Amino acid sequence: MLDFIQQFVSGTALGCVYGLIALGFVLIYKATEVVNFAQGELMMVGGFFVFTFIGLLGLNYWIGFALAVLGMAAFGMVTERLIIRPILGYPQFSIVMATIGLGYFLRSLAGMIWGTDDLKIDTPFSDGVLKIGDLVLAHDKLSVIVATLILCVVLYFFFLKTRMGTAMRATSENMLAAYYMGIPVKTVVSLIWAISAAVACCAGVLLAPITFIHSNVGLALGLKAFPAAVLGGFGSIPGALVGGVIIGVLETMAGFYLAQGWKDVVPYLVLLAVLLLKPAGLFGLQLRKKV
Amino acid sequence: MSYFKVDAITLRFGGLVAVDAVSFEIEKGEIFTIIGPNGAGKTSIFNLISRLYNPTSGRLYFEGRDITELAPHEIARLGIARTFQNIELFDNASMLANLLVGRHCHTKTKLWQEMLFLPSVRAAEKAHRHMVEEIIEFLDLQPYRDKIIAGLPYGVRKVVELARALCSEPKLILLDEPSSGLNVEETTDMSFWIRDIRTELGITVLMVEHDMSLVNRVSDRVLALNYGKVLTLGTPAEVQNHPDVIAAYLGA
Amino acid sequence: MRFTFKTDYDQDIRIVKHGGYVWSYGVLLALLALAPFVLSSYLQSQMVFVFIYAIVGVALMILTGFTGQASIGHAAFLAIGAYTAGYMQSKGIPFVVYFPLAAVLTGGIGVIVGFPALRLHGIYLVIATIAFGLIVEEVLARWESVTHGNEGMRVKALDILGWVMPRDGAAFYVLTLLTLVGVLVVALNLLRSPTGRAFIAIRDSETAAKSMGIDLAGYKVKSFAISAAITGLAGALFAHKMSFISPEMFTLLLSIEFIMVIIIGGAFGLHGAVMGAVFMVMIDPVLTELKDGLPGAAGRFFGMAGMKGAIYGLIIMMFILFEPLGLYGRWLKIKLFFQLFPLYKKATFKRQKTYVKSERNR
Repeated sequence: MLDFIQQFVSGTALGCVYGLIALGFVLIYKATEVVNFAQGELMMVGGFFVFTFIGLLGLNYWIGFALAVLGMAAFGMVTERLIIRPILGYPQFSIVMATIGLGYFLRSLAGMIWGTDDLKIDTPFSDGVLKIGDLVLAHDKLSVIVATLILCVVLYFFFLKTRMGTAMRATSENMLAAYYMGIPVKTVVSLIWAISAAVACCAGVLLAPITFIHSNVGLALGLKAFPAAVLGGFGSIPGALVGGVIIGVLETMAGFYLAQGWKDVVPYLVLLAVLLLKPAGLFGLQLRKKV
Repeated sequence: MSYFKVDAITLRFGGLVAVDAVSFEIEKGEIFTIIGPNGAGKTSIFNLISRLYNPTSGRLYFEGRDITELAPHEIARLGIARTFQNIELFDNASMLANLLVGRHCHTKTKLWQEMLFLPSVRAAEKAHRHMVEEIIEFLDLQPYRDKIIAGLPYGVRKVVELARALCSEPKLILLDEPSSGLNVEETTDMSFWIRDIRTELGITVLMVEHDMSLVNRVSDRVLALNYGKVLTLGTPAEVQNHPDVIAAYLGA
Repeated sequence: MRFTFKTDYDQDIRIVKHGGYVWSYGVLLALLALAPFVLSSYLQSQMVFVFIYAIVGVALMILTGFTGQASIGHAAFLAIGAYTAGYMQSKGIPFVVYFPLAAVLTGGIGVIVGFPALRLHGIYLVIATIAFGLIVEEVLARWESVTHGNEGMRVKALDILGWVMPRDGAAFYVLTLLTLVGVLVVALNLLRSPTGRAFIAIRDSETAAKSMGIDLAGYKVKSFAISAAITGLAGALFAHKMSFISPEMFTLLLSIEFIMVIIIGGAFGLHGAVMGAVFMVMIDPVLTELKDGLPGAAGRFFGMAGMKGAIYGLIIMMFILFEPLGLYGRWLKIKLFFQLFPLYKKATFKRQKTYVKSERNR
């Protein structure tokens, strides 16, 4: 039982990271119907930013964190401006391929700049454990879960209560109508990319104490975040997080209780099963084309 | 038994009743029009007939056969073709390819024969092409054979869609707002064609139309709908002067 | 500019539209057949890879370019073809049996993948095919009795009824070329018959296709099966070319390379599949050439680890941004430029942009 709880907590922590990456997918998808296959790479670049600020420049953790998030937000905006905006309105598959290309590019570039070794960052949560009776929970895992919850609450209020959040929701519903109503759609889309990249960066920073940072970490985690996003319905922000947690827990449990090899396959088997039973995901809406 | 019969068909989207127990019958060789204000459920009825929507209740009969449970592609095979309100053509293909798709329900060649393009496939292709050419002649589409649809003007695309439906040699054709987006001359052409479709090709026509002058010129009978319910059924003149119809349109 | 007067329906049906093409393609084919006697063994070997990539390109073109069903899982089909060939050869089954069988078996898997794909659209389908590819990769690594797991599997030289074709020989080159030509002819035949038109109809409007009597489910599954089967053929040849196969050869990245083939080539015609394959395979030798040929820092720059990946990434983005019609589109533009000289205008190929056309509502 103790094992189970421990596995459950680490699964949830991992799932939160998946969920944050999936959240990035969903934000961008809702606004522009672009699936950003480079979302995992954005997280990876965020991790490297943090490593540069904290590991190389020796800044304080929180300052480094803040700088990295801001830097990634700017990075997201630039990416949107350079690569996505010119091709918005092309067939969806072309845009998907462009983001795959972006992912390739970032992965190789990061490898060239920061090398291909595993890097480690020291954070306030790196060691230290929380003991409840016999239960031992590592701070790094707990920090991921807590930070994710905080981030969600912030995003929730941003989307529901602020003017810009409302504009973003309007743009997601109907871009053309939003444009007619005087919403600066281009700025909104730019900002959505910024937020999405910033969220990815948070995921990267939170992940740092748990695994090493490596140029391929984005690909591996990004691929796991797809099932999470699909499970959540690809259009639903809470869905993405729930989906992420489901995938994270399943994966950890499979790694602990099943034979070797299952761990990597289980998320995809679940994904295929969900797609078969509910093609629009657990929280998705099935919309119909009007003829 | 009538030629085509809609029996108390109902369509619900959640709480909204789009089509409410609508019944009507069409005789062979008739031009039958459905009119009604926006949102009256006209296109929904078309989508029910071509089986894009599943009715909540009610049945559909064509030539005495119950077609309520058939798959959409089987409907075409029975001889029911349709056009769409907002034009659903294959945009990145040539007009010829579009019209040849109209012949699809008459395809008999097997996949492996097509892979090798056996003489039987070639012969079948020529026969299809011959039929398509007749429709091209009928609707004066000669200049556009090899043109890609995406580059054609709206009016021409509307005619191409009609041509594609005719290529399937239907017995019953459903026209969803054939004149929408057309100018006065094009609408006049359309009205001649609709009559020719009935008299020369012997096809029964069921259409949805807003343009009352076109309706008056071609229709034998008119069905008026509002909020998914039948208001009245009769000749164009009768329906136009019916108090409920006037009320529905003028909101009195 | 050439105008063809059409006097017979056959002119629209036949594969070569006019006499000039018979000559140009004939000469091309003759040159390719003679190439093994001229080219260095390295270039000849690269040409074999071009043919294999082109076969997969044609397969993807049928599925993605013509039927509009995206797949980022074709490396899995290639793997299934390759392992079928390797396993059956080791069990003593002759090439003439296992070569077609690789296609049939992979086609069968294609049907199994195709059925769930029926309910999926756009991005969901892309993700499902990725999942399929990853699962196959894992199965190959674990099913050791057949695949020898991560250790990989040796594949002996190809042997047609006693005629051994070493993987670097001219005979193997010609066999691959012939397979490509055969696959191209079959694809062209499909495109000029009802099945090909049904594929295009499904790509452009599923609703209209249904109403015109096209059985969506049937044709989508057919498209998956044909595409998978062709990829299976390529897989069998790939296994013999590599002479050693292991699961890490058939990763997601290979699937992406295949997609790049058709995007770079131009996803609207079979020419694109071949041109894209040439481009993708020849990046490698060009890069090596740059690394060794350029002096000092420039040479070191191209020799950096990960350079290939970065260049791949840049190329995909550049093509989608600036040359969305691919190499074949560029070729057509250049041809038209000379045919119309000096009247060519850029707007001829300009695409109308839509203001984010929603693909959510199907």
